[in-house]
Amino acid sequence: MKFLSIFVLVLSLSLSAQGQERVVTLITHDSFNVSEDVLQAFEQESGYRVEILRLGDAGLLVNQAILSRNNPLGDVLFGVDNTFLSRALKADIFLPYESPLLAEVDPIHLLPDETRVTPIDYGDVCLNYDIAALEALGLKAPQSLADLTQEAYRGLLVAMNPATSSPGLAFLLTTVSVFGTEGDYTYLDYWADLVANDVLIVDDWETAYFGHFSAISEDGDRPLVVSYASSPPFSLDDEGQPTTASVTAPGTCFRQVEYAAMLRGTDNEEGAQQLIDFMLSRAFQEDLPMQMYVFPVRRDAVLPAEFAEFATVAEEPAMLSAEAIDQGREDWINAWLEVIVRR
Amino acid sequence: MRRAAWAGLYALPVAFLAIFFFHPLLNILGYSLAPQGQVDLSVLLSLANSDYYRQTLSFTLWQAALSTFFTLLLALPSAYVLARYQFRGRNALLSVAALPFILPTVIVAVGFQTLLGDRGLLNEALAALLGLETGPLRLERSLPLILIAHVFYNYGLAVRLLTSYGASLSVRYEEAARTLGLGTWGVWRRVTWPLLRPALSGVALLVFIFNMTSFGVIVILGGVRFATLEVQIFYQAVSLFNLSSAAALSLVQMGLASLAFGLYGRWQRTAFPIQTQSEALLRRPSGWGARSAIGGIVIFVVLGVSAPLLALVWRSLSWRGAFSLRHYLSLLEGETRALAVPIGVGVTNSLILAAVAVFLALMLGLLAAHMLKRGWRWLDGLFMLPLATSAVTLGLGYTLSFDQPPLNLRGSWVVLPILHALVALPFVVRTVLPALRAIPPNMLAAAATLGSGPMTRWWRIERPLTTRAISISALFAFTVSLGEFGASLFVVRPNLPTLPIMIYRLLGQPSRESYGQALALSVILLLLCALAFFFMERLRRASGSGF
Repeated sequence: MKFLSIFVLVLSLSLSAQGQERVVTLITHDSFNVSEDVLQAFEQESGYRVEILRLGDAGLLVNQAILSRNNPLGDVLFGVDNTFLSRALKADIFLPYESPLLAEVDPIHLLPDETRVTPIDYGDVCLNYDIAALEALGLKAPQSLADLTQEAYRGLLVAMNPATSSPGLAFLLTTVSVFGTEGDYTYLDYWADLVANDVLIVDDWETAYFGHFSAISEDGDRPLVVSYASSPPFSLDDEGQPTTASVTAPGTCFRQVEYAAMLRGTDNEEGAQQLIDFMLSRAFQEDLPMQMYVFPVRRDAVLPAEFAEFATVAEEPAMLSAEAIDQGREDWINAWLEVIVRR
Repeated sequence: MRRAAWAGLYALPVAFLAIFFFHPLLNILGYSLAPQGQVDLSVLLSLANSDYYRQTLSFTLWQAALSTFFTLLLALPSAYVLARYQFRGRNALLSVAALPFILPTVIVAVGFQTLLGDRGLLNEALAALLGLETGPLRLERSLPLILIAHVFYNYGLAVRLLTSYGASLSVRYEEAARTLGLGTWGVWRRVTWPLLRPALSGVALLVFIFNMTSFGVIVILGGVRFATLEVQIFYQAVSLFNLSSAAALSLVQMGLASLAFGLYGRWQRTAFPIQTQSEALLRRPSGWGARSAIGGIVIFVVLGVSAPLLALVWRSLSWRGAFSLRHYLSLLEGETRALAVPIGVGVTNSLILAAVAVFLALMLGLLAAHMLKRGWRWLDGLFMLPLATSAVTLGLGYTLSFDQPPLNLRGSWVVLPILHALVALPFVVRTVLPALRAIPPNMLAAAATLGSGPMTRWWRIERPLTTRAISISALFAFTVSLGEFGASLFVVRPNLPTLPIMIYRLLGQPSRESYGQALALSVILLLLCALAFFFMERLRRASGSGF
């Protein structure tokens, strides 16, 4: 037992080396980013050091937060969006908090009667394409989801697993809303056709965009990717022209709103609230677009020039009510898995 | 020491199993049979009625059967030769062949990715050779790649078991048959094969179980589209958050594994009736046929085992086509985006956790072995059970348990070494028990007569006589803890990742830098395990014990 206690001692020492600082822990998804100086300004002002734990994609983030609810992994969660929100709300892992800065938020992003989550950003999940690569193939950008099942687009698309990735789920929801769940040709028939047309499915958006999308990744060989309408400003070439564009035609996009929330069981409510306020501050909101490829929810946030020029908003994003998503999500994902998994 | 005190000590390993093995498994049972607190078989029934799950089940069995078939196809001829002939380097060859079996799954998966992947070494070489722009092999996310990795894993184990069994078969039976006029084919068909068959089915069963519960290889090399039961349990629980389905699937997995292990146990009791010959009767190879067969096996084993590992090392040392230590240096840089702790801290944590796991496994394993030796034989099977339980099932069980007082351990680091000790426990018991049993009883009796108590007897007689077995099991527990992946993935805290978890995380990142870091970390893990294996083999060789 003596050995054991020595081990315990060594381990706890190595773990609590910085125990004296005031720390607020943010659990989030892999795509979370913030400019160093913006974060430092907050840390200096508030006296809290922000510890950032990235737990994978949004779906995994929410699940891990639920699975560890009795021993929360952090104080604040950022990155749950409207596609996964109901799961988190049902599991009741958040504490209510109404930031005074909500007054600055565009009211269309606010959820009526729900004080447990705070909207931070939004974006449209749309198809993106490699302009040069499609030109070289003599193809036009697809104008509808149905185009993607045509022979000409064979082996060109990389998409994400909706079980793990929130833009992946958003894209699945787009197909649900466009093709429906009943009738001659449902979203599952559509996915079967996509699979037959050699769609590549990866677990998360980062892998798809940075690992397989030909315009962005050195190793990429897929000129079409499921991403955001706000992604193109990040693909500018040496002359300041985007190398990618997004398809924003009606019925091809899905609107996502991302929320932050205070985790139930936190022992640092004050720090958590300050961190959420910080995410609604102008500094953070104006930093968002170039860091995470999304639009700020604050009305008075000024967009960076290249963002304002090249980022687009979907014309008519696919619509599914929160209730419909809540009721159908698990079944749709399961049915999707059955279509995708090799027989 | 008093009898009561011994009983108290013996209660430790039993209590450990009860709390950290049966309790989480019972929770799984509860979740699958009564998800809402009342008995409700609808989840199980809906699984049974779903084509999809039937397909998952049949794919699981199918890939395991194929893997087993190819493993035996390659292992049988090798064992046939190795069981017959003595040659220089034979023992070393058996060691090399067995190395993959103790390697962490992440390493095997990454090794084959670097060797046979779409941008792997072989593909690059072929592309250069054929003047193509991209390599012709498209093995990533395909069944053949999974099968190759499974064969890599189990070939050495199968060869070793079959060889030691084959070598124990007396050549006299065959010689007698030959004298009685049977030809080569006749001897094989009428004598060798019937003698070998029970051993073969036992080995096949064991390999089948390992393939059926394989997780890391399939999750890394296969991706979403290849879901075995094991992978499906993980997806259902962690990705889809469908705990009752995951629990129901685990139940199926547990049922299959116990069935297979039950069969294996029965075979073990009946398969070794004829052991009349020690390895000393191995022949020297004579003639061209035997020599070239041995040469072929040597080349196959050395090449097969080393190729993916060398590919991994090679790739970890190159950057844009040139030699570079870049990936290793980047490990020292401190923070990475994908990981909550600097990599160096992660490595240290992993080693500390492994040390604690070894300590726990040894303490409990020695007590258990002692207890079993003293006649609590019926408990023997009990301590083997963790071996029959898949890693993901254990992980799921832990996820459903230990997050409420009095055992609120989920936020604590101790849960990992406990889990690892549990996985290593059967091996410790299996290694130490025979060594304890080999001690002549009268030696202990004499010591007792001379007035030494149980503690003194243990310290002065049993401990020194079993040092080797204890060291071997300590090293084994160490590699288990360092490499454990499937169960750790469930319970690991992001601020306290282990080596395989860090590698998996880094693999999932899209940048070349992260991939390079994953390779460099894999090589470090590989070296640690290979080192442990080297010492294990030396000790084993010196003691002459089998697996």
